[in-house]
This record gives sequence, C-alpha cells and structure tokens, in this order.
Amino acid sequence: MASIVLKDLVKNYGKVEVLHKVTGQFEDGEFIVIVGPSGCGKSTLLRMVAGLETVSGGEIYIGDKLVNDLEPADRDIAMVFQNYALYPHMSVRENMAYGLKIRKLSKVEINKRVDEAADILEIKDYLDRKPRQLSGGQRQRVAMGRAIVRDPQVFLFDEPLSNLDAKLRVQMRLEIRKLQRRLGVTSIYVTHDQVEAMTLGDRLMVLNGGYVEQFGTPIDLYDRPASVFVAGFIGSPAMNFLKAKTIGGNVELSNGTRLKTNTKLDLDLTLGIRPEHLVADPNGVIELETEMFEQLGATTLVHGRLAGSGEQLVASMPGHVAQEPGSIMKFGANADALHMFDAASGKRLEQ
Amino acid sequence: MLKRVHFQSSILPYLLVAPQIVITLVFFIWPASQAVYQSFLIEDAFGLSTEFVWFENFEYLFGDELYLDSFLRTLFFSAAVAFMSMSFALILAGFADRVVRGATTYRTLLIWPYAVAPVLAGALWVFMFNPTLGIFPYFLGFLGYDWNHYLNGNQAMLLVIMAAAWKQVAYNFLFYLAAMQAIPRSIIEAGAIDGARPLRRFWTLIFPLVSPTTFFLLVINAVYAFFDTFGIIHAVTQGGPANSTTILVYKVFNDGFVGLDLGGSAAQSVILMFLVIVMTFIQFRYIENKVEY
Repeated sequence: MASIVLKDLVKNYGKVEVLHKVTGQFEDGEFIVIVGPSGCGKSTLLRMVAGLETVSGGEIYIGDKLVNDLEPADRDIAMVFQNYALYPHMSVRENMAYGLKIRKLSKVEINKRVDEAADILEIKDYLDRKPRQLSGGQRQRVAMGRAIVRDPQVFLFDEPLSNLDAKLRVQMRLEIRKLQRRLGVTSIYVTHDQVEAMTLGDRLMVLNGGYVEQFGTPIDLYDRPASVFVAGFIGSPAMNFLKAKTIGGNVELSNGTRLKTNTKLDLDLTLGIRPEHLVADPNGVIELETEMFEQLGATTLVHGRLAGSGEQLVASMPGHVAQEPGSIMKFGANADALHMFDAASGKRLEQ
Repeated sequence: MLKRVHFQSSILPYLLVAPQIVITLVFFIWPASQAVYQSFLIEDAFGLSTEFVWFENFEYLFGDELYLDSFLRTLFFSAAVAFMSMSFALILAGFADRVVRGATTYRTLLIWPYAVAPVLAGALWVFMFNPTLGIFPYFLGFLGYDWNHYLNGNQAMLLVIMAAAWKQVAYNFLFYLAAMQAIPRSIIEAGAIDGARPLRRFWTLIFPLVSPTTFFLLVINAVYAFFDTFGIIHAVTQGGPANSTTILVYKVFNDGFVGLDLGGSAAQSVILMFLVIVMTFIQFRYIENKVEY
C-alpha cells in the first residue's frame, strides 16, 4: 500500500511535449481514474508511473520513494493491459505464477497464492488452460489474477475493459471496484469512457491535450466542472453550451431570452446547462424548437435548436414524450443549474 | 461461396503455365531422372563403355567406409553450422530488437553477408585465415597457437563451419528479427512489470515465442549446410586435408568429376535428393502446422 505523488511531470517525444507539468497526489488505497479523449496523454502518464516510459521532467513518488529512474521491476506495481498481455505459451497457472517465481517464492507459497487469487476471481476451472482457450472475459480475469497474486503496492489499469462487450464491461467494472475495495490497494485506472470513470473512481483526473483540466471526485466534476471541456466530457448526454452575456445580474442568450441569476460578472460567457436540468415548464423562458425525439424508455431526449438562434440544444425528459418535430417546447432551469464559463478561455466563472 | 472463374476450354491457361513447366522439366525433372538412370550404370573412366548394374553402385556406397565417414562428417558439419549461425542470429536479433536509433542501418549491414556468393565468402575466409598471410593466424601466433588448416583437419573443419555459418547468419537474423517484432510489445512489458530482467525475459518469453521460427530455421539451415555449402568448401579446403572436410555434396563432385566415377557419383546425388525430399516433407508436414505454442 502506498500513496503516489506526481510532481510537475513532463513527457517529451523529441521536441513535442505531450504532458505538461502534471501534478497530483493520490492517497493510499484510493481508486484514481485518469480520463480523457484519445491522444490526451493518459496512457503515457500511466506508463510513466509503471516505468515503461522514461520521465522527461518532474518527479514520481510511490510511497516515499522517488521512482523516476527505477526499472518497472523495482517499483512494486502490477499492471493490467488493454490486450491483457497474457503469456501465450504458458498455462493460466504459469501466467499467474511467473512474477512470483522471479521473486523466488517457495512452491508451496506460490501455489497457495495462485489458488487464492483463482478463488477470488472464479477462474479455478481454467488454471491448466492456455490463454487462447479462454474467452475475452476469462482472459481479463486471468490478467487481474496475475496482478493480484503479486500483492503489489499499486495496481495500474490501462483501459482493461475496452475489448469486452457492453454487458460484460458493466459486470467487470463492478467486480474491479469490489476487488479494489476489498484489497485496498492504491489503483490508477485509465479510460476514455466517462461512465466507467464516474462509477469507478474515488477521484477523477481529467486530461486534455496533456494538461490536467480538473482533479476531483466524480460529483465535484459533475456539479462544478472547472472548464467547458470537463463540463462537456462528464455527464451523458453532454451538457448544452449556449453563447450568452451578462446584463445587470441577468444572463442574456443569443436570442434575447433573459435568465435570472445573481451574477456580479459583466462579460461574454458560455452558458452550460445539462439536458437533465432543463425542466419542462409552460412558463419557462427557454424555447426549444424540436427536431428529433430519442426514446430511451425511462427518459426521452429532445433534440432541437434554441428558438430564434439556431444553437443546438438537448433536453432530457422523464418518461415517453413525442410531438411533431418543429413544435416549440418551453423549459425552465434553476439558477444553480447554470454553469458559467469564460467565453474566451473556457474556464469556469463563479457567480 | 467462391465464384468459379470459367475459361471456355481454351488453351490459354496451359500457355500461361507452360514456361514454368518447361523450366521445371528441363532444369529439374530431366537432370534428376538422368541422375537416377545414371546411378544404375557403371562407366569406364574414358566413357567408352557402360554397363547397367541395377543397385550395385548403392551397395558399394553403403559398404564404403569413406562414404559413411563423409555422411557422419556432414551430419556434424550441418549441426554445427545450424547451431552456430542460429545462435549468433538469435543474439543479434535480440539486440537489434532493442535498438532504437539507427535500427535500419544496423539491419541493412547485418543482411549484407547473405548477398555474398558462397565462393566469395569462402575466399574471404581463406585470406583471413591463410597460415602465412592471414591476419588471424598472425594474432593467434602471439597467443602461441599454430594455425594451419592446410595440415590440421580439425582446424579446416572449424574454418568451413565458420565461413558457412557466417553467411547464413544474415538469413536467420532476418527471420528471428521478424518473429521478435511480431511479439506484442505489451507481453514483454508485462514481463518487465512482473520483475523479469532483460535476459530472463529473453529466455522465458521471447525465446519460447519464436520457437516456430526456430523449428523452421533448423530445417532451412540443415538443407543449406547439406547442399549449398559446396562453393565455400571448394574455395576454402577443397575437401582436404585428407578428406577431413569432404561433406556429401563435395564428395559427389569429387568422385564424379575428379575421380570420374560417374555412376557412383550419381548414386550419391540420388541419395542426397532423397534426403532433400525427406527434409522438405518434414518441413511441410510438421513445422508448418507447428505454429502452436
């Protein structure tokens, strides 16, 4: 068990800097999810912690130890890879025992640990099979088994669920969470899937273009996104963004509609409203010209445009809603459901 | 369902394959059948009379101690060549696989020896190891070692093995490198995270994972050592001293064109042909299917 500290971490490939001074402190036993779009540097960051990529600048501590120049073997970590990276020529048992044999544990101890891990992950029946005789979900379990038998200080997960089908992904997601709680091992989990990130992480680090956009609990990120990027990335369906400006404590949208707030700001801004915070209201001031209705069963997504401006707007309504496309629907929104961002920088503005 | 392409019973397809068939017939089938026919004949040294003797040539060969010696020598020679060239290639490929900068240059240079004709390769080694002119005997002299492969049969054998192995390293290297680069990077990384150092990763992960290539190369190298090393032996030792480097292919040439025993020589080449067929069979039957690990 150990905490992890990243201090001004930088990664260059030649002259291109892909990670810019990433800083963060991960507490002992915490489940940290690093989330961001493809190419944001999240896997690179994880691989730097693992020791598979060199560090171009800054420091990484695992426990109290500076690990910048340590081999992966000396960092006491275990990693689950996206493609599982099982050793194809070894049986499941040998796969799990490989790291233990290198540590020169006794045969009895190795067998005990492998059997224990196999018990936890319910892969006892496959111990003598080769990886190619297993299904995707079973391979996933073996990869996790290989990580937990080592009893490391840190687990690293590199998009471990992205090769599984949707149903299995949800199931494995829960199992990973339970397992991590049970073992209490500090974990870093990389994903591009915001639902996975929200459900798994104690805290989320949102990366975009090599910068940390925000680092906080899932609910923090949902309630108070620090930037337009985080606001659009966290939450499904994505937040609506409307051009707006402040006039005397109120916010005026591009079609002239005014929303009451208590803001003291005076500038151009981007107004964010989550689809689920748009409440159908006959007296509502936000008029939506409908284009399409997506029926999801429990909810209906109303796609359309802000009347009179053409800006895209989505509202999420409970139950079944169906009207003629082109009709106008009226919505209201609570003042505290309005997120204000600087129009130029995209940073969050406090009211 | 595959659609069947239909040529309306024209002679076009036959015309298209004809060149290949003609080449095969003229350069492979006809000489091979001639060799088989000739192996049943005994001819006098001047070619004035021939006699059809059925298997007498073969009977003679299997009773001939010189031939059996040569057979064993060939086995030793090809095992040594295969082992040496494959292990060197494996080591080089292991390093090349890790090279980050200048990898292409490194690879290109390593492939060059394969392009050198066997006789020239032999000539190079002859110069390097010439007892009076060569650079290596000169250095060995300092160590108090007397190198003269014209007199010492073991040294001669070592020299042809080195020359033959050196030429084949490039070929083996290419296959090993390709095999290593086909191993997913993450498997090696998983090994590193599991605590295995580079050498251990090589023996426990990379080496077993390239084993299909090893089997394949084993056959290829055996065939090479059996049949393609004539040029090297001819240039370096001419089978000497005292037949100590006369492997089977060289003996075919020596008995046939120097000793003028055409029937016996033909019988030897028929035996060699049989060996090639066996090895090719092994390769196709067992190794092509043995991609499993």
